[in-house]
Amino acid sequence: MASRPLTLYEKIWAAHVVERRDDGTCLIYIDRHLVHEVTSPQAFEGLRVAGRRVRRPELTLAVPDHNLPTTPRIGPDGRLLPIADPESAQQLDALRRNTAEFGIDYIDATAAEQGIVHVVGPEMGFTLPGTTLVCGDSHTSAHGALGALAFGIGTSEVEHVLATQTLLLQQSKTMEIRVDGSLGFGVSPKDVILAIIGRIGAAGGTGYVVEYTGEVVRAMSIEGRLTMANMSIEGGARAGLVAPDETTFAYLKGRPMAPEGADWDKAVAWWRTLPSDPGAAYDRTVTLDATNIAPSLTWGTSPEDVVAITGIVPDPDSFADPAKRDAARKSLHYMGLAPGTAMQDVGVQHVFIGSCTNSRIEDLRAAAAVAQGRRVADGVRAMVVPGSGLVKRQAEAEGLDRIFVGAGFEWREPGCSMCLAMNPDKVPPGERCASTSNRNFVGRQGPGARTHLLSPAMAAAAAVTGRLADVRDLMPRDNNDFGGVMS
Amino acid sequence: MQAVTSVSGRAYPWGAKNVDTDVIIPAHWLKTISRVGLGRGAFETVRAQPGNLFDDPRYAGAPILIAGDNFGCGSSREHAAWALADMGVTAVIAPSFSDIFSGNAVKNGIVPVVLPQEAIDRLLETAVDQDVTVDLETMTVTTPYQDRFSFDLDPFRRRCLMEGLDEIGLTLARDTQISNFEGAAASTRPWVEGKRGYEGIAVAGAGRT
Ligand code: SF4
Repeated sequence: MASRPLTLYEKIWAAHVVERRDDGTCLIYIDRHLVHEVTSPQAFEGLRVAGRRVRRPELTLAVPDHNLPTTPRIGPDGRLLPIADPESAQQLDALRRNTAEFGIDYIDATAAEQGIVHVVGPEMGFTLPGTTLVCGDSHTSAHGALGALAFGIGTSEVEHVLATQTLLLQQSKTMEIRVDGSLGFGVSPKDVILAIIGRIGAAGGTGYVVEYTGEVVRAMSIEGRLTMANMSIEGGARAGLVAPDETTFAYLKGRPMAPEGADWDKAVAWWRTLPSDPGAAYDRTVTLDATNIAPSLTWGTSPEDVVAITGIVPDPDSFADPAKRDAARKSLHYMGLAPGTAMQDVGVQHVFIGSCTNSRIEDLRAAAAVAQGRRVADGVRAMVVPGSGLVKRQAEAEGLDRIFVGAGFEWREPGCSMCLAMNPDKVPPGERCASTSNRNFVGRQGPGARTHLLSPAMAAAAAVTGRLADVRDLMPRDNNDFGGVMS
Repeated sequence: MQAVTSVSGRAYPWGAKNVDTDVIIPAHWLKTISRVGLGRGAFETVRAQPGNLFDDPRYAGAPILIAGDNFGCGSSREHAAWALADMGVTAVIAPSFSDIFSGNAVKNGIVPVVLPQEAIDRLLETAVDQDVTVDLETMTVTTPYQDRFSFDLDPFRRRCLMEGLDEIGLTLARDTQISNFEGAAASTRPWVEGKRGYEGIAVAGAGRT
């Protein structure tokens, strides 16, 4: 039967339809479910109240991340250190109890594999190409980097997946975002995704599933692809996909929860059929030429407020849309920035290198390359928070921790940390943070905190100069390892 | 879930664009393990400003919120819907919603009403001193000034709202279909069954501080 060419998204979707209903809504099977402490307690409570069980506990993996302090968890005497905030402690405790009660695998805060849920999934080989993967967290889009259809869900849906292993969904429209060319000196995957969001806007992807294509994405490591897919949601798209390829297979092979032996061979054979067929149609295509992307950062309180580091704070009056003008004015007031100021003249008090966007080994290497032989500027507090215990261990094996600590950075335990103000790592009101995380919303890093999103190398450059700085001025031109791009 | 067929009363005439979930309910309120009581934290940063809309006695207890584009963008936290429900909001009218938020809203008996910007602009004016009615029977938003705007809602979502359906119960009734799917998938994609997980991974606990 001759069939029309399909996109990667359509293929994954078709493989997971349990039932299609008259109105077009589909009951979609969910292969993988990640659970963390913040969005799950009410779901487990719902199951308990209704006397329901978890349908497929073996397809579910739980790990605490949002609430955990990033200070040591085990004291010198080998005993667990208590968590000071009683509410955080209660939520973490609830996850431990709920997973035990419902028979779900749980990675404890003291295990080497603990980390941010979106770092842990790929790293453990829990995330696989062609699977459907959900988590009660919007940055679940990250897992699309491996070719999984992955998206964030609310707590009612968490409960629905726990009870039924399915979700009721409408098929999304498809958007191809193609990045051609090659990345310039000092330009990282973070700059690419910021450029994309700057182009399509924070709501540009609403209703779409994005597929990232083009030479730049193909040449990118899994770490870099994870950074990009992670921020799909900041452009409004619930999911962002990258077609699986040899890079994907090489990354997954041998991971603890990845298939082995004959299963592995079968899996790879199927994964090779997944990339979009030649001639497959997308509802919308956006193309970017990577040559035009500079190291970038945000100036406002929406991730679409993107500017090159060589640029200036925009004048709100320069926006054609009156609503955007108004939003820009409010943003600049909140950010304490005057129009026309050169971005490089803006001083920072905090630097945060971490979060599920940029806390993997390549991110830490890129930041360490800038920090090496330099000192964190006076008046700056800079912290590095590895995305998982395994990342931390690898970084320590490579000596990155010594570079950071030697330069005056704090080297901390894995968790969401300063990405969101839910644990003790916060930016005080009115202070400014250069952050490798994914959201610059009002109050995201603490009430009144001012956030500039940027790449790990750019964050390190801000730390050692005490201002928003162009990393290209700090690096020898022959070093082009800015994270996530294979040379 | 409480069934809802129409929502009528005062409406916060806000109109703000890109209202994200951190604005609707800041992260520090997410430490609760219950669904109730979050109304106290709703719009905390907005409420910190004197003369804000949410503390204006004219709109006290309003069941409707009128907002701008991309309402509910940001995180997947259902706490945003719980907070709105807890403060008594049962309909939000905006030109567009984030996908995750509108799903969460429906699951908590909140009607996400999509209307074009012109209609929003008109409602923002009217709502300053007039009631607004959102009706799921007729799929319209009306005001005492003869304004009448029609809106669309996915039929399944509409039914869930109007009948207060338990979606999980409905899906559990499809158990045979789900089991059949699982049986087929186990032979075509056996690797997805995976290994029973995390237990027994050799490096557990090693090298942690
Ligand atoms: S690191 Fe930030 S964005 Fe990622 S899961 Fe944690 S809180 Fe969410």
